[in-house]
Amino acid sequence: MQELSMNVLDIAQNSVAAGAPLTRITLEIDHAAGWQTLTVADNGKGMSPELAARVTDPFCTSRKSRKVGLGLPFLKMAAEMTGGEMTLESQEGVGTTVTARFRLGHIDLMPLGDMAATIAGLMQCNPDKDFVYTLRVDGEAFTADSREMKQILGGEVSLAEPSVALFIRQFIEENSAPLLDKGEEAL
Amino acid sequence: MKSLQELAAIRDKMRQTVSTREAAHDAVRVVVGMATCGIAAGARPVLNAFTEEVAAAGLTDVLVTQTGCIGICQYEPVVEVYMPGQAKTTYVKMTPDKVKRVVQQHLKGGNPVAEYTIGAAR
Repeated sequence: MQELSMNVLDIAQNSVAAGAPLTRITLEIDHAAGWQTLTVADNGKGMSPELAARVTDPFCTSRKSRKVGLGLPFLKMAAEMTGGEMTLESQEGVGTTVTARFRLGHIDLMPLGDMAATIAGLMQCNPDKDFVYTLRVDGEAFTADSREMKQILGGEVSLAEPSVALFIRQFIEENSAPLLDKGEEAL
Repeated sequence: MKSLQELAAIRDKMRQTVSTREAAHDAVRVVVGMATCGIAAGARPVLNAFTEEVAAAGLTDVLVTQTGCIGICQYEPVVEVYMPGQAKTTYVKMTPDKVKRVVQQHLKGGNPVAEYTIGAAR
């Protein structure tokens, strides 16, 4: 993984696989504190304490088809490389929240990459699920909520339509850019 | 800057298309492998390129979506194309540059691009 946004795309699939109707992805950049915090919180089926304890072991996976699961170990490594950490809270029947903290300005901080493509891709490929993406930079926020989009689209036009997905990507990209640019200036 | 309200115009434009497709049940499906292996190998730009090219070509009966690990990680990014009445086509080691030809020749023209398929790679 060369961009944090790709880790996000990968671990959000875990939420989809856990049957989560709603996944909240929040990226908070706080220059004064010097931290970038990523949270992926879902209301899926959750994990048993035994599975939750082993989940960052690359040789632990809930899948039956193969014996490795690299999504969370990669994210944990990316956070720890910067002096940060990854934590996971999960409760069976309630959901799972993954939080990863990255030290801003650290030489090993992975570039954020194309978050707009990640979020739009999740919405396009899982039109029956909902995603709320919040980008917060130094207290100023932008939110993209698939429930709001579905309300505008009505029942007959899906988020899976290529022209809709293309619009959503551009919408997130354009609205995130001023916040991220402001962040660049602050560094 | 784009506003979410612009979705209403897209919805109005799409309505006719969607109802025609539903009546015909003939949507083509482009399925991109998006597990850890696919993502790390570059599946997301491939998904984006298919979305862009399908929209640009004005193909109204094509859906671009994802699946998990197909089990041939060494060939990622892997893309499967399901066309009604045809056998599934599996494209391997896909890149955004290859997408335009697949859209034009296969999705639009009906002829798979043999040299990008798993049969040619093996």
